[in-house]
Amino acid sequence: MRFFLEVLISGLLSGVMYSLVALGFVLIYKASGVFNFAQGAMVYLAALSVVGVMEHGAPLWLAILIAFIIMTLFGIATEKFVLRKLVNQPPITLFMATIGLAFFIEGLAPMVFGSNPRALDLGIVDEPIESILNSWGMVISKFDLAAAAIAAVLVTTLALFFQYTRIGRALRAVADDHQAALSIGIPLQHIWAIVWGVAGFVALVAGMLWGARNGVQFALTFTALKALPVLIIGGFTSVPGAIVGGLIIGASEKLAEIYLPPMMESAFGGNFGGIEGWFPYVLALGFLLIRPEGLFGEKHIDRV
Amino acid sequence: MLYREAGQFKNSYAADQQLFPIRQDRIGVIALLVVAFFIVPLVAGDYWFSAILIPFLIFSLAALGLNLLTGYAGQLSLGSAAFMAVGAYAAYNFQLRIDGLPMVLSFMLAGLTAAGVGILFGLPSLWIKGFYLAVATLAAQFFIVWCLTKFPWFSNHSSSGVISTQKVTILGYAFNSPREKYLLVLTLVTVLALAAKNLVRSSTGRAWMAVRDMDVAAEVIGIRLMPTKLLAFAVSSFYCGVAGALYAFCYLGSVEPDGFSLDMSFRILFMIIIGGMGSILGSFLGAAFILLLPIFLDITLPALAGLLGLPFSNATVSHIQILVFGALIMFFLIVEPHGLARLWQIAKEKLRLWPFPH
Repeated sequence: MRFFLEVLISGLLSGVMYSLVALGFVLIYKASGVFNFAQGAMVYLAALSVVGVMEHGAPLWLAILIAFIIMTLFGIATEKFVLRKLVNQPPITLFMATIGLAFFIEGLAPMVFGSNPRALDLGIVDEPIESILNSWGMVISKFDLAAAAIAAVLVTTLALFFQYTRIGRALRAVADDHQAALSIGIPLQHIWAIVWGVAGFVALVAGMLWGARNGVQFALTFTALKALPVLIIGGFTSVPGAIVGGLIIGASEKLAEIYLPPMMESAFGGNFGGIEGWFPYVLALGFLLIRPEGLFGEKHIDRV
Repeated sequence: MLYREAGQFKNSYAADQQLFPIRQDRIGVIALLVVAFFIVPLVAGDYWFSAILIPFLIFSLAALGLNLLTGYAGQLSLGSAAFMAVGAYAAYNFQLRIDGLPMVLSFMLAGLTAAGVGILFGLPSLWIKGFYLAVATLAAQFFIVWCLTKFPWFSNHSSSGVISTQKVTILGYAFNSPREKYLLVLTLVTVLALAAKNLVRSSTGRAWMAVRDMDVAAEVIGIRLMPTKLLAFAVSSFYCGVAGALYAFCYLGSVEPDGFSLDMSFRILFMIIIGGMGSILGSFLGAAFILLLPIFLDITLPALAGLLGLPFSNATVSHIQILVFGALIMFFLIVEPHGLARLWQIAKEKLRLWPFPH
């Protein structure tokens, strides 16, 4: 039971990290209807620029600031040079364009900052919290907890930003209905630039946390693949959905990883590790059976 | 002047319903086939066969399969490489476990196996659509590759799931050289492409297009969604499965499950987007473009770097390749979102009037 709880908690905490990436998807999808596959590549770019700038002797805060500027400029450039030219194209074309964008970033980022894997030290150590270890005998990493806290702060800030600021209201209006928003005088292109900037910021936070945990390397781009089932479960358009979905995926994935392979091994024999690659997707499919729009997605009504 | 259907009268229903109703098209296709079957084998070298022509044909076939599903039936799929893997492993196992099974038959059975798996993973399309479906097909991509790696039965207990395919022998004749394999692949691809061309203008194809354009409306006019969508998945997976079997038997000779990666699925998707969704010709054009582009970059980039005196390392060159690949895809989508097939169509329209545009 204690072991179960330990796995569950570490799963939930790593789920928060998935939510962070999923959040970037949701922001852009909500505001512009673009399914931005390049979010994973953006996470990679952000982490690489932090590390790359720090290699030139800059302190951490400056590196983060510069990386933030890079990400914002990048987002604005993407909006201006790619997406604006593809207005009114079917969603699949936009989706393909973002895959092209992902390739572009995956070529550009290591060219500028170098491709060798590097460590990123945020000053948070990845070791168990002693008081919990002593009193309950559970291993819960300080780093995971800190990451979860950072994610919580980020989500709260974003939620407040969306709810109470002028720009946030405009963003929600654009998400609801492009044309109506345009007709009451909301500058669409500014809004999209802002959304891409915010998504870049979310990618930066995700990139730093993932990078600090697993090292800054090409594998960071695969975080996008981890975020997709989260999106399915939570719904493409819901910020809370991304969080809840992340928690569900994180917890169930870790539990499945521990408990499923031994069961399969006793049934079929052989080695069945590595199910985390597909398990979230199959789980997400199961959720789709019950709720085709995800837990918090908008109900889609077809009209002929 | 040259390309004009004026004066070509149809006197029978058969003439009216033929596959290529315009005489110039007919001549063009026959000429192309003659060149592909008789001239190319005489002039091309082994490098051309094994590095360019065979993969081009195989990926065209896979792209064709995906185009039937995505371009005609409107169901976005990101798992085509996995269905190719099913085809490759199924063909291997049919050859291994059934003695004396004819090779072509085992390719077809591999296609049918892939079709069965395709139907299974196509089931979610009955209640979800769009990007939700796309992500759901990723489940197929990861699950199938994992299964092929982890269950040793599929690869006859070889390490990490690598299979070395059997020799391709048909009616006692061994296809050993790249030239012979090319002809075999070409024959199969031609037959399947003509079948696809026929299929998309049949009632099945029209039902697919109706579902693609608006599935609720299609349902209202009496198209049953479930069989239509599942048939699209089955046929598409069949094509991908045969392509996968050919990929293993006639191209690489030895494959592993990880070779059929998500990256490959994306490449196939790129082929149909660049080539043109909902176009048979587009599948071929797109496959040519996506396959030739990296080869082209491979050749030109180091030369260009040498010319400009830039100190490019190999790593940098490979990064630039990825970068240029991504940039070109975005560029193409911006300038011609309907793909190369549309360019060809525009060219044909121009040709009809040329040289008297008024």
